[in-house]
Amino acid sequence: MEKLLDIENLRVTFPTRQGEFEAVRGVSFNLGQERLGIVGESGSGKSMTGRAILRLIRPPGRVTADRLELGGRDLMAMSERDMQRVRGEQISMVMQDPKFSLNPVMHVGEQIIEIYRFHTGASKRDAYAKAIEMLQAVSINNPERVMRAYPHEMSGGMGQRIMIAMMLVTEPKILIADEPTSALDVSVQTQVLSIIDRLVRKRGMGLIFISHDLNLVASFCDRVLIMYAGRIVETCAADKLHEATHPYTRGLLNSLPRLDNPKSRLQALKRDPNWTLAPSVDGRV
Amino acid sequence: MSRLEINDLSVWFGQDRDRVDAVKHASFAVPSGASFGLVGESGSGKSTILRALVGLVPTWSGEMKIDGQQLTKKRPRGFFKDVQMVFQDPYASLHPRHTVDQVLGETLNLHGFSDINDRIEQLLQDVGLGPAFRFRYPHQLSGGQRQRVAIARALAPEPSVLLLDEPTSALDVSVQAEVLNLLADLRETRALTYLMVSHNLAVVAHMCNEIAVMQAGEIVEVMGVEDMRAMTPQHPYTRHLLESSQGYRPSEEQSE
Repeated sequence: MEKLLDIENLRVTFPTRQGEFEAVRGVSFNLGQERLGIVGESGSGKSMTGRAILRLIRPPGRVTADRLELGGRDLMAMSERDMQRVRGEQISMVMQDPKFSLNPVMHVGEQIIEIYRFHTGASKRDAYAKAIEMLQAVSINNPERVMRAYPHEMSGGMGQRIMIAMMLVTEPKILIADEPTSALDVSVQTQVLSIIDRLVRKRGMGLIFISHDLNLVASFCDRVLIMYAGRIVETCAADKLHEATHPYTRGLLNSLPRLDNPKSRLQALKRDPNWTLAPSVDGRV
Repeated sequence: MSRLEINDLSVWFGQDRDRVDAVKHASFAVPSGASFGLVGESGSGKSTILRALVGLVPTWSGEMKIDGQQLTKKRPRGFFKDVQMVFQDPYASLHPRHTVDQVLGETLNLHGFSDINDRIEQLLQDVGLGPAFRFRYPHQLSGGQRQRVAIARALAPEPSVLLLDEPTSALDVSVQAEVLNLLADLRETRALTYLMVSHNLAVVAHMCNEIAVMQAGEIVEVMGVEDMRAMTPQHPYTRHLLESSQGYRPSEEQSE
């Protein structure tokens, strides 16, 4: 399998009054043409990992890595100008809530066209045609009308599909999806996921799917990294997630109420300080 | 007699051309000590029913009864002692510049209690927070601890009915388990009646005996929890919801 992304010993640090705080503490993994899930609770460093790959951590936050390579090119050594080309063109990111990631005062169409023209230098006419095609690809029925609409006229599910269209219009190799469906209703969620799934497969892309929803990741991804306190504590095939062995993963699974397995009390997670101390598991295959 | 009874309740917002019917002819009853769930997608009107019940929405018609007592637009004073609500987002529902002590003290004072000091300590203990949390501000608490404070505030006037509006949807799963356990314990020790709104079917099934499924302002089905666990709903919309909640299945790709 072709390796799209190779990461070794990634760290994200923020200075605080109490000294340095490490949000991501030495994470190593790689990504091929697969759907890689990263799960963990809030504060486990999963979103920070996604942002660090795109070098979106603002100072005074610091990113260091022994290796951060995109198809053999070192992302850490790149200038900010080159990095702008990578963002959106090679690696795209879909965030949690379309309400905050679409520009509220620009027509939907203009936003897609702007991205496409910035990265490809295409003519307005070509970009318009491409945007329409992309909106169709994310199952939007009347793309011409949506192109003229403002983001607030769209529902959450529509907004997220527009985001996906916008992020994929430049045909990147990697899509980082940070909780792309947690702001959506369950039935819309399935629809959005199947669109991501279809596009990722068809284009042979790599997907990093960041989520706190274990069941969703188990059913949607190929491989899963489980993060705790900035480190990877376990890695496994997604369909084997329910047989995971690490006490943290087990604790998370057991704390979920289940429709098919009623319990009078839910098991609360007992945290072991040793989990924080244990070295990060290598997520490379 | 039912603790809580709703007959032909309709709630609307706006008027004339802008009128939106958020709830249409909803009816259900909650027996004393029971836990009743309302599920549905956003915009289905489930939270609106709770808001109409506590008196946050004045535009409604139909009947709402507590202990057989008809609720009017103006609620009697005792109503607010008896019925309390826990809101969805503990980050938004606690005053950022009030300490836990002030939050609970104000509620107790408003409801005319005199032994406020002892009661605050007792309340904190009941929701599993030690006395050390008493003088903290909300930003010094985690999400789960904040929701515990919000629950303590709701319990302060010693209500018998708690309205829970997505009490755990802003929390991590491990914290959710703790809060759900706390709510289950409180219901047992204080003989509370719950009316709970959630979009998470597994959470509702865990907490409730009976569940009403809402779609576009209407209750399409009221089912027992066993029917839900057995995946034998009557209404196609309920089936659709149940199936979607089981995680992602690629087969649905074809149905586009």
